Amino acid sequence: MGASDMQLTPTGFVEQENQHMITAETPFEFFTVSYLTRIGNQSAGTLTEFLKGLGQCSDASIFHHTFQTLSSHHFLTEGFSNDFAQWAHADASREDLAEQLAALDVRDYLSIAALRSDLCRVVSDYCTANPALSEQAALERFYFCESVEVTLPFGLTARTLEEFRNGIVHSSHASFYFHFLSSRLRLQLQTNDFSHWLADGLGLGTLADSVNHIDIYTNTLDSARAKVLRLIDRERRKG
Amino acid sequence: MSEVAIASRIPLDDYAALLGEGEIDELRVLAKPLRGRSIEMINSTAVGGGVAEILNRLLPLAEELELNMRWDVMTGGDDFYGVTKSFHNALHGAPYHADQKDFDIFLACNERNRARLPLDAEFMIIHDPQPAALIEGRKKSGNHWAWRCHIDLSHPNRAVWDFLDKFVARYDAAMFSSPEFSRALPIPQYLFYPAIDPLSEKNRNLESGFVARTLTQYQIDPLRPILTQISRFDRLKDPVGVIRAYRIVKRYFDSQLVLAGGSASDDPEGAEVLKEVVREANGEADIHIIELPAWAPLEVNALQRASTIVIQKSLREGFGLTVSEALWKKKPVVASAVGGIPVQIIHKHTGLLAHSIEGTAYQIRFLLSHPEIAAKLGENGHEHVKENFLITQKLKRYMTLFLAMARAK
Repeated sequence: MGASDMQLTPTGFVEQENQHMITAETPFEFFTVSYLTRIGNQSAGTLTEFLKGLGQCSDASIFHHTFQTLSSHHFLTEGFSNDFAQWAHADASREDLAEQLAALDVRDYLSIAALRSDLCRVVSDYCTANPALSEQAALERFYFCESVEVTLPFGLTARTLEEFRNGIVHSSHASFYFHFLSSRLRLQLQTNDFSHWLADGLGLGTLADSVNHIDIYTNTLDSARAKVLRLIDRERRKG
Repeated sequence: MSEVAIASRIPLDDYAALLGEGEIDELRVLAKPLRGRSIEMINSTAVGGGVAEILNRLLPLAEELELNMRWDVMTGGDDFYGVTKSFHNALHGAPYHADQKDFDIFLACNERNRARLPLDAEFMIIHDPQPAALIEGRKKSGNHWAWRCHIDLSHPNRAVWDFLDKFVARYDAAMFSSPEFSRALPIPQYLFYPAIDPLSEKNRNLESGFVARTLTQYQIDPLRPILTQISRFDRLKDPVGVIRAYRIVKRYFDSQLVLAGGSASDDPEGAEVLKEVVREANGEADIHIIELPAWAPLEVNALQRASTIVIQKSLREGFGLTVSEALWKKKPVVASAVGGIPVQIIHKHTGLLAHSIEGTAYQIRFLLSHPEIAAKLGENGHEHVKENFLITQKLKRYMTLFLAMARAK
């Protein structure tokens, strides 16, 4: 394709003859992330202590037990949502509370503060409604931990949908998780790095929306990645 | 101190077939900024026990990533290992009467070892209490020291911990296998899991003929359910409790019990416990007590693969790596909720937890009655190990620690 086939659009991407051959002005750079789990100095043996811990623990702790656990336990798609819900279920034996905690969808939150606020509200409401249960000792204590993050460039970049697809195929679980899930907090938007770039970099808004609607709670990271690839392939066939 | 001869290298690309190219590329990405920087691991035994086994697999993998990592083993006499065994049990909560002579033996041995090693690698990783006092040999060069504790410190003997605490507090970081084991320390504490190597002799796929021959060798019937606990003969692994749980199961299911294990070179109590186990079994034909050599990876692999259910009924546990070994082989596991086991067994997701002999027996009976649930737990368990407890993940965690420590200075 010659240079005459391309033109710079107002949104900053270079449009080519076919939609899937668009070249973004700003490339997508794949990063990867690796986490250390730092053990905090708080633990909880009752719901009252749990509520106190939720209110006082660091933002990195809330992140660790919600966002990060989705990565480390991504292969569980039945009944495992976050560490808080799992503790309420398996150790505190409070199924009803576990259900409410599990129902909090991390994708609805643009800040840890908002997520923490809802976690506290759910537990606080439960304790208020069930005062006798809030002091009962759990089978095992909950230990508040936090994530220490190291990010590095993965060594893959993409300017076209084809290159982007290649990057998705060759990136690691951690890289996929970093861009697909934890990016929400970074972007402060209800989207992910992939969708953000597909829309802003390539102007593929519909594809971006479809990618953003993949349900991470009912998919493993592998199956979510497979769905992203299928959506990209469908887009390429349109071209 | 002596540098250890390590296992032969397995090409990194061999792991890609199990884990995917992306995961291997990620290791290379993390290794790149660490190339040319020195790393030293120090522990107290070259063979037997989980630490030596992990290091034996970790180093070849580090070499594959062009990391400059070496492993040294502390040397000491019988008196030193006798003292550290007492310390080990005391840190797990066993009774111990503090004796200054024990502390002096410990310190003298550490001093002798300090004199023999440069201790000048950029990243020094000291494993377990035995070499903890090597920190006294820290140079002023500003290298990074981290203490990796593999044992359960949730209820330590006060005198022993107070003695060790003053050394541990001088490290830059400490790593534990469970949050429960962490102590009030003035340094960052991290969660570090032990790991298994999926390509080692203990975990790689075996030909079915080899598994069958192993069963024949030990006169185990392949046609009836096989319940297995693989552990060295140690009271903290509760082999007698396993026999008692098995007797409850046996009332309902015509099954066999295999108790197989060896004793580590730093574990003088093994023979005594073995006698207690033989006494409890009382010659029952379906209880197979198998004393394995310290290093019998293929036999362990075969026995785990032949098992219907794997048990780990420990009373205390550092981590219980045999659980990960069994899960990797997609075996349903019933294990005690102690130490690092609940990290591996997410109750009702990747296995079943129990808190007593009766509870252990009940969970085994449940799985024998519901083989489809047992299979699902095994599948999930395999994925859990793949994501969190393989040697590749272990090395990734170490590299992340090194990068984080270097960043912090």
